Amino acid sequence: MNRIEETFSSLKSAGRKALIPYIMAGDPDLETTAALVIEMDRRGADLVELGVPFSDPIADGPTIQRAALRALDRGTTLRSIVETVASIREQTVIPIVLMTYFNPVLAYGIGDFCRDAARAGVDGLIVPDLPPEEGVDLSGACRRHGLDVVFLVAPTSTSARIELVNSHTTGFVYCVSLTGVTGARGELADGVDAFMSQVRSHTDRPLGLGFGISSPKQAGEAARLADGVIVGSAIINEMEARTGEPDMLRSVGEYVASLRTGIDAG
Amino acid sequence: MTAITLPDRRGHFGIFGGRYVPETLMTALNELLEVYGEAKRDPDFEEEFRYFLRDYVGRPSPLYYAERLTQALGGARIYLKREDLNHTGAHKINNTVGQILLTRRMKKPRVIAETGAGQHGVATATVAARFGVECDVYMGSEDMERQALNVFRMRLMGSRVIAVDAGSRTLKDALNEALRDWATNVRHTHYIIGSVAGPHPFPMLVRDFQSVIGREAREQVLEKEGRLPDVLVACVGGGSNAIGLFHPFLDDGVRLVGVEGAGHGLDTGMHAATLGLGTPGVLHGAMSYTGQDENGQIQVAHSISAGLDYPGVGPEHSYLKDSGRAEYVSVTDDEALEAFELLSRVEGIIPALESAHAIAHIARIAPGMDREEVIVAGLSGRGDKDVEQVDGLLARKGSGESTE
Repeated sequence: MNRIEETFSSLKSAGRKALIPYIMAGDPDLETTAALVIEMDRRGADLVELGVPFSDPIADGPTIQRAALRALDRGTTLRSIVETVASIREQTVIPIVLMTYFNPVLAYGIGDFCRDAARAGVDGLIVPDLPPEEGVDLSGACRRHGLDVVFLVAPTSTSARIELVNSHTTGFVYCVSLTGVTGARGELADGVDAFMSQVRSHTDRPLGLGFGISSPKQAGEAARLADGVIVGSAIINEMEARTGEPDMLRSVGEYVASLRTGIDAG
Repeated sequence: MTAITLPDRRGHFGIFGGRYVPETLMTALNELLEVYGEAKRDPDFEEEFRYFLRDYVGRPSPLYYAERLTQALGGARIYLKREDLNHTGAHKINNTVGQILLTRRMKKPRVIAETGAGQHGVATATVAARFGVECDVYMGSEDMERQALNVFRMRLMGSRVIAVDAGSRTLKDALNEALRDWATNVRHTHYIIGSVAGPHPFPMLVRDFQSVIGREAREQVLEKEGRLPDVLVACVGGGSNAIGLFHPFLDDGVRLVGVEGAGHGLDTGMHAATLGLGTPGVLHGAMSYTGQDENGQIQVAHSISAGLDYPGVGPEHSYLKDSGRAEYVSVTDDEALEAFELLSRVEGIIPALESAHAIAHIARIAPGMDREEVIVAGLSGRGDKDVEQVDGLLARKGSGESTE
């Protein structure tokens, strides 16, 4: 059993839900990224998603677009992110998933990237512009190197597509809570309960729910429907608000702790 | 499988094409594929498409023997496929007529589009007005400055033009924003992609709608010359007018030449020669040649022509390049400007800056060809939209400044 499965399985036996924060690797720099992972781990995160910056992030709203630009301006590359994970691994065993568009992986070379990522201690990949139909090569390479590939389902997915995703995903199923792009929203999307029940009826795998979740209250509501709650843009908004302040790390840590409380209360 | 039967069932042209999009859009792409399949089998659809192309667009467009250009260059006989004479002044409307009919079949009340030079935006706004459909067009803010006249035309016809300030503020970023809108509003919105790019089935269906260019040209050249041409030449940004011209000739022994924008020059880093200097990658939903750095980040393209200013290209062109069936060359901004002036002066036809790239390449090859040989060029659009920009560039050039 790998670290992602272990995490979901031990949380399940404890009757708890996973908190999965997302930050953009290299925003504002990779040293801060490493420090944030350690801090978020300490503050109650169960699994961390590290975004890989891409020039054309079609699945992302303005917050993550801005974060990607900042990271790219700092010269962040997939290679330097993999090296950063290796250094983070000296300090924590928290599962780390890279969320990356497909092109940086292609440019690195699918096989080389999966080998290097696995060696560095990456546990899995989420590739938002790669549906299972086009993911055969990546899934094969990940299997050889012991990495999970997490595929996504959306409210527009038909039952047949949910089945397809379920048969290809490993680790968990990433449920996109809304029809749209990433970014903090005031409320959970209408119909998310029905959507989650529909997905649940097709799979026994853990379900992660993400996109739009932006407050401890919403995280609690999401935790009632899912096995893991993914929060990205809201954390990056918090970071942006504290840019340059010496206690940015602590503020983000406190925000993550408040999400933890929200989820546990949910 | 021969080239003419591609793509395969999953939208691949060899290794190129496919569907690299967020899951949210997959169901809409399947629906579009299904509706398009039904439409193709429905004789009423074909009849209605032909009706609008004839009575609304003004087809067939002439295949014009450019006698004075031929004389000026002193070689092969040059014909121009006059897509500039279509309603709205470019080939783009062939595709938007087809896609608005599909939109109606899908009962979607809203369309969106991306546009570079504004020609596709105008063509979409036009059919949206004609069919009473709400229309939003995404356009890079730099392109809005370069193509202010087209922005006005779109607004006049009732469309909203949404400025995109992200990234390079050109076509690439307009496409990103249109894809985000589509992911958000996909249940009631159809995305009318303007080129043979994007996820399957767009490269196939846009090609099919644009193939009317090549089918007509083939008939017309047979009628006028009694034989097929030796060379076809067309400009390539995303590549829809080139594919439209080339596709009906794929099984013939005709040379196919696509002309990309070389911008300031291939060695300057400021160009749009995606097929010439790019490498295979994934951008905007398909695997294709892409202008990218060694880390897989997409690079900003440059061309004097907003319609060619794109670091991607349709997947079928990538396939035709790798299979050797078509060849791709490039023309600099300055060469395109010279061709813009040349065609205006000797033929009284002001070409779009995009189309001027094809003319510039013809100016290179025609003099070395035999007088009995025949070139057919895609004159994809008219240059009215460009005269203000060109006027400024020529004035600055005359005073010895850089054209940038």
